[in-house]
Amino acid sequence: MNSENAKSEIRNPKYRVVPIGPYHPLQEEPEFFKLIVEGEKVVDLEINIGYNHRGHEYIAQTMTFDQVPFLVERICGICSDSHPYAYSLAVEDILKIQPPPRAQYIRTIIGELERIHSHYLWLGLAGHFIGYNTVWMWVWRYREPLLDLFELIMGNRNHYAINKIGGARRDILPEDYPKIEKYLDLIEEKTKMFTNAVLDDPVIRARLEGVGVLSKEDAIAYGVLGPTARASGVAIDVRKDDPYDAYDKVNWDIVVFEEGDVLAKAKVRLLECFESIKIVRQCLKNMPDGPIETRIEDIPPGEGIGRHEAPRGEVFHYVRSDGSNMPVRHKIRAPSYMNIASNVVAVKGYSIADAALVLAAVDPCYCCTERTIVYENGKKKYTGKDLLFLSHKKTEELKRRYRR
Amino acid sequence: MNKGYSEEILDGIKNRFPEVEIKIHSQRRTYLRINHEKVYELAQYLFKEIGCRLSIATGIDTRDGLEIIYHFSYDPAGTYYNIKTVVPKDDPKIKSLTDFLPAANWIEREIHELLGIEFLGHPNLIPLLTAEDWPEGTYPLRRDYE
Repeated sequence: MNSENAKSEIRNPKYRVVPIGPYHPLQEEPEFFKLIVEGEKVVDLEINIGYNHRGHEYIAQTMTFDQVPFLVERICGICSDSHPYAYSLAVEDILKIQPPPRAQYIRTIIGELERIHSHYLWLGLAGHFIGYNTVWMWVWRYREPLLDLFELIMGNRNHYAINKIGGARRDILPEDYPKIEKYLDLIEEKTKMFTNAVLDDPVIRARLEGVGVLSKEDAIAYGVLGPTARASGVAIDVRKDDPYDAYDKVNWDIVVFEEGDVLAKAKVRLLECFESIKIVRQCLKNMPDGPIETRIEDIPPGEGIGRHEAPRGEVFHYVRSDGSNMPVRHKIRAPSYMNIASNVVAVKGYSIADAALVLAAVDPCYCCTERTIVYENGKKKYTGKDLLFLSHKKTEELKRRYRR
Repeated sequence: MNKGYSEEILDGIKNRFPEVEIKIHSQRRTYLRINHEKVYELAQYLFKEIGCRLSIATGIDTRDGLEIIYHFSYDPAGTYYNIKTVVPKDDPKIKSLTDFLPAANWIEREIHELLGIEFLGHPNLIPLLTAEDWPEGTYPLRRDYE
């Protein structure tokens, strides 16, 4: 976030700077991308973050262990289950305990439902970016029943407050199981519909294939996570690698593609929804009876690491306790922290029309893109609308070519 | 593959770095304490020869000095090998990992601005998160910060 950040290339008269960002009202991470372009081609990228740095790690050190889940839940509104989940696992690592079986299943179910709703959100926005507003409308229409499902189980459409140290805060009532099953049937049917619609459409394929390629070597070097890594052939998934709660008690597959382009990222996310539905169904079927929490008296001195596979990748929490009722250090790392940094290599060499899509492909925030303005010789050249128009125009051209 | 730490990897580390202090916290969490001058070599060994991934690093202000924990994940076995080190408060300097590990770029910048540790050899050690008008030399995660 320093204006002296400018690299020498920016001052080269051959290049122009396309700023994307910085303020974004929807997600928790407003980012500022400076695309350094030569004509239409992106030659370099500079990323500035920190516009919404709220000092969560510091605040967490001023709160008691039981208050922290409510704080970290508010890091992100979309994956608001992931942070308290990883935090609970970290403190349980200090205590060296495991929650009761029923609580494990409940936490797993919520984690997976959250993954589906987050992937739906991404798919809708990706559709909007490439000019397929029908995809956007349809996907988000069926994201609604998912949010209704959250309300049914937890009384809230977001910020579910289901995780606590040593268990779950709310039970899933047995009389709700059939209702959840019914919702799952609907979601499965619609996910099938989207998968076919998106993957069979030649224009969408042409628009996404071979765009924003992140090679396997770069994926490893930048330490990317989640669908971004799995689309580049790096088969990592915390749920398989370091299974926690009910993940090693259910059957499911990890989805991996080798191509590393935007299409592969879309495929990973779409197919993962089916796996999530599979996990939730098995959890409901095998749900054990019993208590949903362990009573915790004190947190002993020590340190613990909690990791949860959030929709965007591994969420990492490190907690250190000195025996008092507040953590002495609480380190939080969200997956986007690693994924966004990899855009530097993924976006190079593509056109401005593709850039909006490539930068969105790791599933960071989108509205930044709508705040884009291009300045040339001090005059405004492109606005966010123009960029969206450029992207839509490219899709239209492809459509025309395919009609012939 | 068996989940958890492997004796083989730990023995390899011990042979290469005899001074390392190994603490096994649980099956999938191990801590390797080492002098800060040796961190670069140990990290390079974990990344290049074992195939670990740098998950993140944590900086902590403690009584003994400024502690850094590099969290390395060995994904095939789901195990964390955490390198722990302490740099003295009066001369907080450590060699940067960025020349072989781009993933360390942002976190080193973050630790630099929040705790004031200098990473030698970092290509672009400018603030990552704090505001542009944040006073220089003020480190919000230090104990004496008010």
